[in-house]
Amino acid sequence: MKTARAVGIGGYGAYVPRYRVPTATISAAWRPHGATKPAVAEKSVPGADEDVVTMAIEAGRTALGRIPELDPRTIGAVWVGSESKPYAVKPSATVVAEALGITPATVAADFEFACKAGSEAMQTAVAFVGSGMTEAALAIGMDTAQSRPGDALEYTAGCGGAAHLFVPADQALAVVEGSVSYVTDTPDFFRREGAAYPEHGSRFTGEPSYFEHTLAASRRLLAELGAQAGDFDHAVFHQPVPKFVVRASEELGFTAEQIRHGLVAPRMGNAYSGSSLLGLAAVLDQARPGERIFFCSYGSGAGSDAFAFHVTERIDERRQGARVADYLDRRREITDYGHYLRLRSKIRRD
Amino acid sequence: MDLPRYHRLRGAYYRLEGRRCTGCGAVAFPPRPACRGCGGRELEVHALAPRGRVHSFTEMATAPRGFDPPHLMALVELEDGPIIAAQLTDIDPEDIAIGMEVEMVTRRIQEKGPHGYLVYGYKFRPPVPRGEAS
Repeated sequence: MKTARAVGIGGYGAYVPRYRVPTATISAAWRPHGATKPAVAEKSVPGADEDVVTMAIEAGRTALGRIPELDPRTIGAVWVGSESKPYAVKPSATVVAEALGITPATVAADFEFACKAGSEAMQTAVAFVGSGMTEAALAIGMDTAQSRPGDALEYTAGCGGAAHLFVPADQALAVVEGSVSYVTDTPDFFRREGAAYPEHGSRFTGEPSYFEHTLAASRRLLAELGAQAGDFDHAVFHQPVPKFVVRASEELGFTAEQIRHGLVAPRMGNAYSGSSLLGLAAVLDQARPGERIFFCSYGSGAGSDAFAFHVTERIDERRQGARVADYLDRRREITDYGHYLRLRSKIRRD
Repeated sequence: MDLPRYHRLRGAYYRLEGRRCTGCGAVAFPPRPACRGCGGRELEVHALAPRGRVHSFTEMATAPRGFDPPHLMALVELEDGPIIAAQLTDIDPEDIAIGMEVEMVTRRIQEKGPHGYLVYGYKFRPPVPRGEAS
């Protein structure tokens, strides 16, 4: 897919909470002999006063701070993609838009598509700016991922995400070359209204879901662009566990060096809707003018959004504020499972 | 914090917006309908600097209902002068020091029970340390 006018990312910002719970802390509570092959060493945990709204505000502030010449009131759309909204009914996006000084003349809504909600917001932001409906649109993917105590998900369900502000290409630090979406009805993962924790559907995780959609969307975009994996300097994928990213990228022909900068899951777990957008932010922290970035998200239910970006000269002047690595380095370890339960509101004082 | 008051103060809570008297220049935070300096009623929106230093602080051993422990309260001297009361976050009590640099973040201030509304507002925390670019 291509837009009527060229579009790109004008500013970006990331957020990862300060707290980390090591896999060993969780396995000590549930597996007397420890986790045999933990997928990640530790995962990020939100503070007691954090949720998707507060995290989205911080990522959005960094994104706007990187393009100070842009008046926030010219941003015509704010979308927050998440599967852990603080309210079941009441938009997160209006709080975020209000805090960032974007209200009232703006479109605002929350997106839900499991882990693809953030990249769905990116597709829509690209369309809004690309059609000329608005001069800037803010797409955020952010999650405080839920997991049932003792469930396999509890070892990897992390927290974090990123905000990407889309603007016309002549103001962009990375220009969108093209994008595709690929969706089917696949029952791999779901959470019913009112349920506290999500469920995996039978054995649909993996082959018919993540790999099918990630590979299909990626191959379609490469075909549309007439490009190959080797034409890109960086590649970012949705990161439920690092080994999924390694396998998908290898099947597409990407090398370990190409996925290195965007692979954040080993240090923070799976940030769900925030995962691929955060990986993209980590790549933008490192990318040089002229480089090309390949991006493909995945969300259960299921679908993938693939994008290709071309980095411009503006990248070097748009890196003010905290980078992804700074957030990952800022870590306070939680070694007590009870403290972790309290921070995740799995136990409450009422 | 009742809901109408929270709604009325959202500019102050989300963006540190106070009022500045167009007559004498005095700054008020939180916003007031009249200037405490000269009594003037011509006031304009004035955003305070979102950075400052810890002027003084205390840890409340028992957090009030609806708040989470540790409840760390500080007087923060903002870069542009005013001193405001605010909670500190993302820091352990033993690491707080008078004079330390802090920046404004938006966090949950209060939760009105599992079915009630959430109050978001300003807190302060040490800036995220910026490492060398790799």
